Order: sequence, then C-alpha cells, then structure tokens
Amino acid sequence: MKKLIGTIVLITAILSFQTAPKKQVPAKPVTNTTAPATGIRVSIIRGQDVYLKQCLACHQANGSGVTMMNAPLAGAKAVIANDKAKLINIVLKGMKGVEIENEIYNNVMAPHPELTDQQIADALTYVRNSWKNKASAVLPSEVAAVRNAGKKKK
Amino acid sequence: MKKILFYFFGMMAFTFSASAQGKPAPDADNAGLKLPAGFGALKVAENLGRARHIVVTTQGDVYIKLDRAVNGKGVLRLHDSKGNGKADVITGFGNYGGTGITIKNGYLYASSNTEVFRYKLNDKNEVINPDAPDKIITGLGTGQHPSKSLILDNDNHIYVNQGAYSNSCQEQDRTAGSKGKMPCPVLNDAAGIWQYSPDKLNQTQADGIRYATGLRNVVGFDWNQQTNSLFVMQHGRDQLFQNWPEFFNEKQSAELPAECMYEIKKGDNAGWPYIFYDQIQHKKILAPEYGGDGKKEGGADAINPTVAFPGHLAPDGLLFYSGNMFPAKYKNGAFIAFHGSWNRAPLPQEGYYVVFVPFKGGKPSGDWEVFANGFSGLTEVKNPNDAQHRPCGLAQGPDGSLYVSDDAKGTLYRIIYNGK
Ligand code: HEC
Repeated sequence: MKKLIGTIVLITAILSFQTAPKKQVPAKPVTNTTAPATGIRVSIIRGQDVYLKQCLACHQANGSGVTMMNAPLAGAKAVIANDKAKLINIVLKGMKGVEIENEIYNNVMAPHPELTDQQIADALTYVRNSWKNKASAVLPSEVAAVRNAGKKKK
Repeated sequence: MKKILFYFFGMMAFTFSASAQGKPAPDADNAGLKLPAGFGALKVAENLGRARHIVVTTQGDVYIKLDRAVNGKGVLRLHDSKGNGKADVITGFGNYGGTGITIKNGYLYASSNTEVFRYKLNDKNEVINPDAPDKIITGLGTGQHPSKSLILDNDNHIYVNQGAYSNSCQEQDRTAGSKGKMPCPVLNDAAGIWQYSPDKLNQTQADGIRYATGLRNVVGFDWNQQTNSLFVMQHGRDQLFQNWPEFFNEKQSAELPAECMYEIKKGDNAGWPYIFYDQIQHKKILAPEYGGDGKKEGGADAINPTVAFPGHLAPDGLLFYSGNMFPAKYKNGAFIAFHGSWNRAPLPQEGYYVVFVPFKGGKPSGDWEVFANGFSGLTEVKNPNDAQHRPCGLAQGPDGSLYVSDDAKGTLYRIIYNGK
C-alpha cells in the first residue's frame, strides 16, 4: 500500500512537473525526498505530504473541495494567481465567510502559522501544480517575507 | 392489465380523497435508485437548483426550499397537472436561499439562514400572497452551520435549530491541539433548538426559548406524532485525527463520533462540545478539547442517543412515516436522508443514502438499514463532489409516497410501493 502511494506520488509529481511552466530540472527519479529543495518537483513531492496531513480533509484528494462547505483548489483562480502573498496569508491566517467566484463556503479554514516556511511553500507549490493547475513555485523565502510583514504590522 | 389496475387505483384515490391523484408509474430504472423489493421510484422533476427541505400538501403539490434562489425564486411549488407523477407546472417566489420549509394549520413556513417567514395558504394549499409573507423571526446568527430547519408541534410552537458556529468550541477553531473554551460560550446563543411562537411577528432569538442545548448542528428533525415529541439528528464534530493525532488515527476519525438521533424533551442537553458519542464503545466520551483521550467518559448530565449511526454521514432529513402505502413494518418508523460525508477523507466517503429505522411504541424496534441507495451514481464516493446526487430533504405525500430531494443536481424523487 505504501509502495502504491509512493508510486502515485511520484507519477503525480512527474506529471505535474512536466506540465509546470518554470524551472526545467532534468527528470531523474527522486530517491531521497528529504534532500534540500533543488527544484519545483521536489517541492511538489514534499508538498503533497503536507497537503495530505493538513489540507486534504477539507479540500479533498482531487482538490475539488465540497460544494457549500469547502472551497475547491483545483481550477481556482486565486490558487494559480501571481499574487502569492495572498495565498501565503490564507494559509498563515486562515479564511472564512469570503465569497469565492460567486460561491459561499460554510466551513472555516483555520490559520496554520505552526507550519514552517518550507512546509507552506511546498503545500502551495503542490496545490498550484496539481490536478490541472499550473503555476510557479512558492519559495520559503516568500513565505518568510509575508510572515515577517504580518508580524511588523502588529 | 396494468392500465386497468392503474385506472382502478386512480378511481380509488379519487373516491377516497377528492383531489388526490392516482399512483404514478415508477421510472423504468427506478430513477437510478436501489430500493427494497416491491418499491419503485420516479423523478418528479430535475435541475431544480439546490433543493433542501421539502413538504407535500394534501393535494399532492410539493414546496421546495432552495439553498440559493434561482431567478429570484427561493421557494418552488411543483404541480402535476396530468396525474402522471411528473411536475409540469413549476412556479416560485421568495427571493432568498435557505433550508427550512414546513406546513401547519393553513400556513407555509420557510426560512433563510437568518429569518423565518410565514405564508397564508388557501383551501387548496396555495400561497395567497407570495410577495408579502409575515416575518415571524429575524436576526438569527449564522456561521459554519447556518441552515435553519423548521417544524411545529401540536401546541402552537415552531422549532428552529441554531447550529454551532464552531466545530468543537476550541480557542482556535479547527486547529490542532487547541483547547476547548470553558464554559463554551457558543452554547449561549447557538448549538441548540429554540422554540418560538408561529404567529408573532419579528421575534428575535431573545423572544424564543432555548428548548434543547448541546446539539452541535441539527439539519434533519421531525415532530413524532406517536410520542408527541421532537426527534433530531445531530451532525457530530469533525477532525478528531487532524486536530488530535495523539489520540485518534485516521480510521477512528472517519468512524467517530456517531451521528446521533435524539428524542428531545424540553431542557435536554446532548453534551456538545464537552463530549461526543462513540457508537463502537457505546459511551459518551470526553472530547479531546476538554481533556479526553478517546477513552475517558464524560457527560453525566447529557442525554443518550436513541440511535447512533457511523460518523460524518451528515443526516439532513428526518421523517416519521405515518402513511398507509408502505408495508406495515414502515409505519411510524423513521426515514433519514444522509447527505453523505466529506470528513472521512482520505478514506472513502459514506452516506449518500436514505436509511430506515423501525419503531414500535415510540422506540426503535430493530436495526437501521439502508432503504434507498444509488443517489451518488458511484460504487464508492472518493470526493463528495463526484456524487451525482445528494439526498437532503424528506416528505410524505398524501398517498403515502416518500419524497426525497437532492441538493447537488436538484432532482426530486418520489418512492412508491408497488408490492402487495
Ligand atoms: C477545516 C477545513 C480546511 C482545511 C484543513 C484547509 N482549508 Fe483551505 N479553505 C477551507 C475553506 C472553507 C475555504 C474557503 C473559505 C472562505 O470562503 O472564506 C478555504 C480556502 C482556501 C484557499 C482559497 C481558495 C480561493 O479560491 O480563494 C486556499 C488557497 C486554501 N484554502 C488552501 C489550503 C491549504 C494549502 C491548506 C492546508 C495547509 C488548507 N487550505 C486547509 C477549508 C479548509
């Protein structure tokens, strides 16, 4: 079963990578997923793990969300938008009661400030490059910048 | 022969109840549903919008409350002018979304997520003035469980659920490791059932009586005419694993806590957020937000469930069957529409069916069973949005047919019994 998941992760990652627009890294098999981030593909693989534990319960395996409850991430404009700071803030500060593309979602997305910059960057890179989404990676430095800007404001 | 029988039934219905129509034929595929032997189903209408709760008049017309108004119409009225079971005259009014709808003593009641309206009916149960309802309740709170279901008793009271604006009353809602607030302030103005007068205008929550508390979110409820009491279906709390991985694994989190049916007496407390009911241990378990570990018991002052179902199935409709069409075992028993889970991922989702619980003397007299299945159109629902249909509201027709609404694609189903 673990093996199967591993294979799926790998396939998804490779597929996502192939469709990802930026940073062409040679497609060699990944053997060590704890290696430092060297490219979008590695970030996506780690991001899937974060997604599985932190996001999937609400947003679902296929990113479709749940009508009236949880917003979809697959095909969502905000998810693939260039405004990465907004996405980073959604994960850091949570979100509730905001109308999205003419829909209301009743559930509440909790803030996730406990996640590291790397985890948030990976999770967002994963959702930006999964299902049919295609967008650039989110970097830990970008998460750190948004987190610090938030702190200064307080 | 069938035609003659049909005609015969038609005549009988005509003889016994002046305006009720004959039993319609089921669709060739039983509307895609899997039903017990002898039962059939037809689609009364399709693509209606997000059809939430429903009510059928003694004339056989159906009123449907839509979660979102379609073309400015949040309440639909379906009429079958040909007597073939298919609604061919669909009209609407009420430019607001919502869930609750019911009829009692010559009035139709319908709710948005914040208000309750009352419409006077004529002797054919048609709304006399669709654009000028009485606003009987206003200013109700919303949050993550915003829908307001409606039911009346026989002593001129209307009951409105007020869902908790929180999962488990944590200091930080839905956050791993966040403790529960003590005491939980959500209980003051939500997480319960409030009782109001059905004929006073502009009541606020302060004008109502908190009839029951400790109910996280109730969508399906019904007044049981046998026991003359309120029965409710609670949506249990979410995210035991995601928020408390040290005490629960993913499988436990998918199964727990039970979705509970409670018989409610005035003043009852069902225990949320301090406890949840574990249908495997058959115990009231202290919530992890309040020091629980999945084993410690709690809730000495909390009532026990009448029936405990598996977790997260999302009971959105409850109906005690009083009709004569179905076989005797169904009489006075409970039908429950399970909208279907989302909080079982990454495990397969469950629900998306209508179950039956037999009752005798106001108490369950046997195990629950799946009565109508196949709404999702899938053998296994992995992602909730893959389900083609999601059952939500239940209503009984004047002939004893069972109507089921679907808020995913807006199909209205009618289940009939054809056996002997
Ligand atoms: C408890 C359920 C829940 C969890 C867990 C959750 N979310 Fe959400 N998420 C929501 C809801 C509900 C919304 C919509 C809120 C609204 O409309 O105001 C949302 C919105 C979003 C959006 C904005 C979508 C848009 O189109 O604007 C993003 C991005 C997002 N979530 C990412 C994530 C990520 C990444 C994680 C994991 C780190 C996560 N979410 C975990 C429930 C959740």
